[in-house]
Amino acid sequence: MKPAAFDYVSPTRKSDVLALLAEHGQNARIIAGGQSLMAVLNMRMTQPKLLIDINRIDELHYIEPQKRHLAVGAGVRQAELLSWPGLAEAVPLLARAMPWIGHFQTRNRGTVCGSLAHADPSAELPLCLTTLGGEVVLESKRGRRTVVAEAFFQGILTTDRRPDELLTEVRFPMSQPGVEYRFNEIAMRHGDFAIVSLAAVIGADAIRLGVGGVADRPVARNLERDQDLAGALNETAWSLDAQDDVQATAAYRRQMVRELGKRLIEEGY
Amino acid sequence: MEAVVKPRTVVQFELNGRARQGYAESRTQLCDFLRHETGATGVHVGCEHGVCGACTVLVDGKAVRSCLMLAVQVQGSRVETVESLADEDLMSDLQQAFRRHHALQCGFCTAGILMSCVDYLEREPEPTETQVRDMLSGHLCRCTGYTGIVRAVLDVAHERKTQQENNNNV
Repeated sequence: MKPAAFDYVSPTRKSDVLALLAEHGQNARIIAGGQSLMAVLNMRMTQPKLLIDINRIDELHYIEPQKRHLAVGAGVRQAELLSWPGLAEAVPLLARAMPWIGHFQTRNRGTVCGSLAHADPSAELPLCLTTLGGEVVLESKRGRRTVVAEAFFQGILTTDRRPDELLTEVRFPMSQPGVEYRFNEIAMRHGDFAIVSLAAVIGADAIRLGVGGVADRPVARNLERDQDLAGALNETAWSLDAQDDVQATAAYRRQMVRELGKRLIEEGY
Repeated sequence: MEAVVKPRTVVQFELNGRARQGYAESRTQLCDFLRHETGATGVHVGCEHGVCGACTVLVDGKAVRSCLMLAVQVQGSRVETVESLADEDLMSDLQQAFRRHHALQCGFCTAGILMSCVDYLEREPEPTETQVRDMLSGHLCRCTGYTGIVRAVLDVAHERKTQQENNNNV
């Protein structure tokens, strides 16, 4: 299908976007890479009055390693971050997880922050941010605030972003020495929406396991290193309110959390 | 702050090496614009939600879905479609390899796959079969079962490498 009619504007300054959002927030949508939004527009599942394109805003285009986190601006495409030479060292979980995002043709266009703002429960980037305990920066004319991932993702395609706010930056915590970062997922075909995706941060005495594609948002749980792993994974699997859908049953999803979780933590893949 | 774009706007861009312009509504998808306004009917429109890959074109050298972009977004950009591949009378090495290996049957998906291959082989000139299959996971082909396509891509990569080595030896 074709999108319903809308007005389109392509500002070159962030302040212009914030002014437009203050005025039109409820009826406006931001487009960056558009790899989710364009599909939704084409199917007329959303019909904004105004589309605000942020692709021409240079000040949102940066990858900046800070002391404690890697800051990625809203203009950065997934392919750019994936090919950024420092990624494997700075945030190894992203280096492992990002090749699973869609296909190289969609990563060429899709942005890192766009995937977070879209908040698909099976998407890789929200899962990584939640598992690592990162945060997003939201800006509006009223000011600027940071929100941690667990508070930002509130349900299927639902976030803490208010209608007048722009997600301007994401902050992924830097890798810690002696900690291992692992990722795996199961999908019908590489690049399809994950049926279950798992991210693990494995430290000396604690394991943080993130699960995507099961609950209505990415969820991370802390597991003790010396506890009964099978039991803990079973508890995690049951705690996520798994649902049946066209791709898999709830029981299958729980089983994948148990089996893939065990494999990822014990065998490393 | 520039004014909101009018319902119909003139999009000026470079298509297959030539300056072109056409009218587009704000909501016009790039694929429709290329076909209807510029006559680039090699762009095939399949699913219109980014899954099938048939409409893949290069925008500023990168393979993207033209159904997931708006025409107004290519203002000032460089767009290449399958029409850019062949010379006057000679198909590109990629197209010839597709023909040799029976990498197409109905041909609907082929234009998009070729454009993905152009970008991909630039970045990854010596891909493994696994990498080629991964790249092709962004395309749906219901005729070939992909085997011929994989062979064609690997063959071109090999051919180009041999060519390069020969050139270096001369």
